[in-house]
Amino acid sequence: MRDPRLPNMPGTSMLKDAALTALVAAALGIFIVGFRTVDVGSRTGLAFDYHFADLGVAIVVIFLGRLGLSLAAMGLRWPAIALGVAMIAAGASPMKLPSGFLHWFVALGGVLLVIRAVWPWADQAIHAAARTPTGRVVDKIGTEWVGRGLGWVLLGLAVVMPFTPFADQKTMDLGVLILTYVMLGWGLNIVVGLAGLLDLGYVAFYAVGAYAYALLSTQHGLGFWAVLPLAGMFAATFGILLGFPVLRLRGDYLAIVTLGFGEIIRLVIINWYDFTNGPAGIGSIPGPTLFGAVFAETAPAGGQTVSEMLGIPFHGIHRLIFLYYIILLLALVTNIFTQRMRRLPVGRAWEALREDETACKALGINPTNTKLTAFAVGAMFAGFAGSFFAAKQRFISPESFTFIESAIILSIVVLGGMGSQIGVVLAAVLLIGLPEWFRELGNYRMLAFGLAMVLIMVYRPRGLIGHREPSIRLHPVASGGSG
Amino acid sequence: MNGQAAPLIEVEHLTMRFGGLVAIDDVSFIGLPHAITAIIGPNGAGKTTVFNCITGFYKPTVGRLLMRGDREYLLERMLGHEIGQRARVARTFQNIRLFPAMSVLENLLVAQHNKLMVASGYSVFGLLGLRRYRDSEAAAIALARSWLERIDLVAAADRPAGQLPYGAQRRLEIARAMCTEPRLLCLDEPAAGLNPRESSELNQLLVSIRDRDGIGVLLIEHDMSVVMNISDHVVVLDYGRKIAEGAPAAVQRDPAVIRAYLGTDDTGPSDSSPPLGGEAR
Amino acid sequence: MAYFTQQLINAITLGAIYGLIAIGYTMVYGIIGMINFAHGEVFMIGAFISLIGFMICSMLGIGSAPVAIVLVLLIAMAFSSVYGWAVERAAYRPLRGSFRLAPLISAIGVSIALQNYVQLVQGARPKPGGQIVSGGFNLFSLDGFDVRVSWLQIIIVLVTIVLMGGFTWLIARTSLGRRQRACEQDMKMAALLGVDVDRTISLTFVLGAALAAVAGTLFLMYYGVIDFFIGFLAGIKAFTAAVLGGIGSLPGAMLGGLLIGVIEVFWAAYFSSEYKDVAAFGILVLVLIFRPTGLLGKPEIEKV
Repeated sequence: MRDPRLPNMPGTSMLKDAALTALVAAALGIFIVGFRTVDVGSRTGLAFDYHFADLGVAIVVIFLGRLGLSLAAMGLRWPAIALGVAMIAAGASPMKLPSGFLHWFVALGGVLLVIRAVWPWADQAIHAAARTPTGRVVDKIGTEWVGRGLGWVLLGLAVVMPFTPFADQKTMDLGVLILTYVMLGWGLNIVVGLAGLLDLGYVAFYAVGAYAYALLSTQHGLGFWAVLPLAGMFAATFGILLGFPVLRLRGDYLAIVTLGFGEIIRLVIINWYDFTNGPAGIGSIPGPTLFGAVFAETAPAGGQTVSEMLGIPFHGIHRLIFLYYIILLLALVTNIFTQRMRRLPVGRAWEALREDETACKALGINPTNTKLTAFAVGAMFAGFAGSFFAAKQRFISPESFTFIESAIILSIVVLGGMGSQIGVVLAAVLLIGLPEWFRELGNYRMLAFGLAMVLIMVYRPRGLIGHREPSIRLHPVASGGSG
Repeated sequence: MNGQAAPLIEVEHLTMRFGGLVAIDDVSFIGLPHAITAIIGPNGAGKTTVFNCITGFYKPTVGRLLMRGDREYLLERMLGHEIGQRARVARTFQNIRLFPAMSVLENLLVAQHNKLMVASGYSVFGLLGLRRYRDSEAAAIALARSWLERIDLVAAADRPAGQLPYGAQRRLEIARAMCTEPRLLCLDEPAAGLNPRESSELNQLLVSIRDRDGIGVLLIEHDMSVVMNISDHVVVLDYGRKIAEGAPAAVQRDPAVIRAYLGTDDTGPSDSSPPLGGEAR
Repeated sequence: MAYFTQQLINAITLGAIYGLIAIGYTMVYGIIGMINFAHGEVFMIGAFISLIGFMICSMLGIGSAPVAIVLVLLIAMAFSSVYGWAVERAAYRPLRGSFRLAPLISAIGVSIALQNYVQLVQGARPKPGGQIVSGGFNLFSLDGFDVRVSWLQIIIVLVTIVLMGGFTWLIARTSLGRRQRACEQDMKMAALLGVDVDRTISLTFVLGAALAAVAGTLFLMYYGVIDFFIGFLAGIKAFTAAVLGGIGSLPGAMLGGLLIGVIEVFWAAYFSSEYKDVAAFGILVLVLIFRPTGLLGKPEIEKV
């Protein structure tokens, strides 16, 4: 019945293990969770709001969860599943828990436990199925499908989305937001996923692009389409200026220097009032134009509105649809450019650097220059996205360019599977879309991002889509010649 | 052995110190073109350190490393990657260093990076998909293919290099080094971990690299059958110093060499050499 | 001159705090070669536990400041250590032998998660800690300018010196220190010789977290206000200190901490307080470019 290779742990030691985990959780939570400090008045300062009931429930859940995980690890699948289902039921039940969050906590713990318990089973089934001849074909089609088909399907959906009945103001806004993160994710993927350089200050280049457009448009009257390439160039130049001295450093130094650089840019923006208008930000940024026509109800002097040009009645959503297609186009450009670069010598050198820098040096590849190109190209796309952001928001301030943004983009890349283009799309929909749909969870979003990054590194370091298609094949794949 | 040819590489008075530790002490030798020069010696003799100096991973404390190619290069003055790119010295590593997630073919194309970069107009022509780049990429693939044939890995060309069996990875690493079209190939224990059949295949490969490709080979090896069968010239290091040099048969009979290899086994350390634990890992 | 001396005193106080945090970075880097991005958050959690500890002390009617401080220091060290231990156990240990970026990404994940966890359970608003120790004395006066040393500054520097002394003893003289140094040199060999590598690494995190917690307590006492975000900046500055001193070197971490304190305080005093954080980052970049081994670090030999 049980697989003899699995660890055998007597019940007492399992309980002991679970109790220890609960004890650690108690030690972690007793002060930080148990005593919540709250403001009272101005003079007296702080007072406590006690949360021991929450802590108690959480500790019980952790005890049961750990027990369930031990059961699952021993192959005692059914008790583990039963425990998980019970936890889900408890979380979903109208039972009065001290806080709403705990319902989620209990239920999510149960879900994770059930997944863990079923995992080896599912894994086995998939492997068994893959060994049959039909299974092999299905497996191959599956990989191909994810590699090519899914991309086209998603692209098709993205193109027709504005013409579907779902395309109201809210959905279009969300679509633009998700696509912006997809583009940023693809851009950062060049740096992190392909070249293996951990850039924690990616948002700095986004900021450079945004301020480039904001300043050039409001002060020099330049249009979006004229500034777009300039913004990319500025950002790339910043990338080179920063990268040149630091790219010869070890990978983890690079991470912290980029983190520092992201903060420097933000601090400079905040403090350089004359140039950037400081924390107040820059407003009245013109939006992008369509062949010179503006998206507005009335045209400025000597100008033309799009509704006049096309002879259609004005509607606010037109602007949003236009923005949607711009960011879709920009994202596609990023994708296609990256795909092409990956098949060029420089792209292969990026990946080779990620794999083994020492070997690259021995093959005569200049590591600093190669990293620099990855860094500059990644920065360029952030610059494009930045000017789009400024044109869309029509107002920017340093608050939009905090470390959190860099962290969100990085988690999209990590969750998607470093180097995978389609993975980034899925991760962006998941990480940006879901919290928007479940507003109440918004507060827990960053907590979940952080935990997700850890869990992915521990359990699935190659991300959701871990499959890597070689950039070139000697033997073409038999099934599909369309590539 | 081609006695009258000018040496391909001249190592003169090479000394490498790490802090107070002398890993290589005044070692000189030459490597000829069209010849396999073996560097042997007990563990910790400083063999890999010599390679690391030649290929630019270490800056030698003292010494001159003269490499002849289209012109003369002083390797000790060059950056690591320039040695591969311009002086055309290629190497393999004791612990194999492939690009494991990349396919076998990609590994061989990365080795032709510099040539392809120029052909792709530093990516500009490549992005535009110009004919000129496509042709040179096809040529690069052809070169890679010819090496895959020689190491018998054509069928595995699209598999990730990290998934190959150990012996195949060793061969692939040599092929990858050869795809840089080097003048001098430095092999760090290529026969380590190979079974006798693989080992003899390796011998044939190395001999063919010398005879067909006509380049110089420097070889660090522990497997004496490999060394005695295929090398033209043997340099023996012990505790960072050169203790003997000559044709394989002569070196084999040299009393100093026998003492270095066997002395410690039979009678304990008989000479007064300082105990160096210092081979760089 | 008086102004200069006053700033120097302030700088040493601040530098002591950075130095205590920097030790955690340097030790972890020395033993497993990773930057523990979450270390700044452990410092922040230490500061929060201290805040809560002081409040509990005053509720229990512990009026004596020295007793309260010692109690709070012990509590903060003990409970922050659990964070250090748990982070290593859950987020780093499973990744040994994973790909190169994995521990770094995991560490960033931990950092983000801890920051938001504290924000969620304790709120985002800055927390005033009140004044635990007040007063001080005039060192000397010059040109009508009083150079003051507060009791608090003396406490901070004294606590730091005592801890540093104890810590140096621990590393140099105890078997834990020997095991730790063995793991730094060669983890595989240490394991073969019977050193429990996992345990040694865990203890390293525990010690680093305890020192960061002390820094948290001192920070709370010195500035009187904390929030969930203090770990980010303090963490980067302390990391800069560790790099400046030579990462992996304990005296280097302390020296680096002092220097960063000096640079920050003097920059703010003589140039502009807006850009004092930029100065710290700028120094990090300059050090990494021109002297990546730092002031007291040993050059690293690339192993091929």
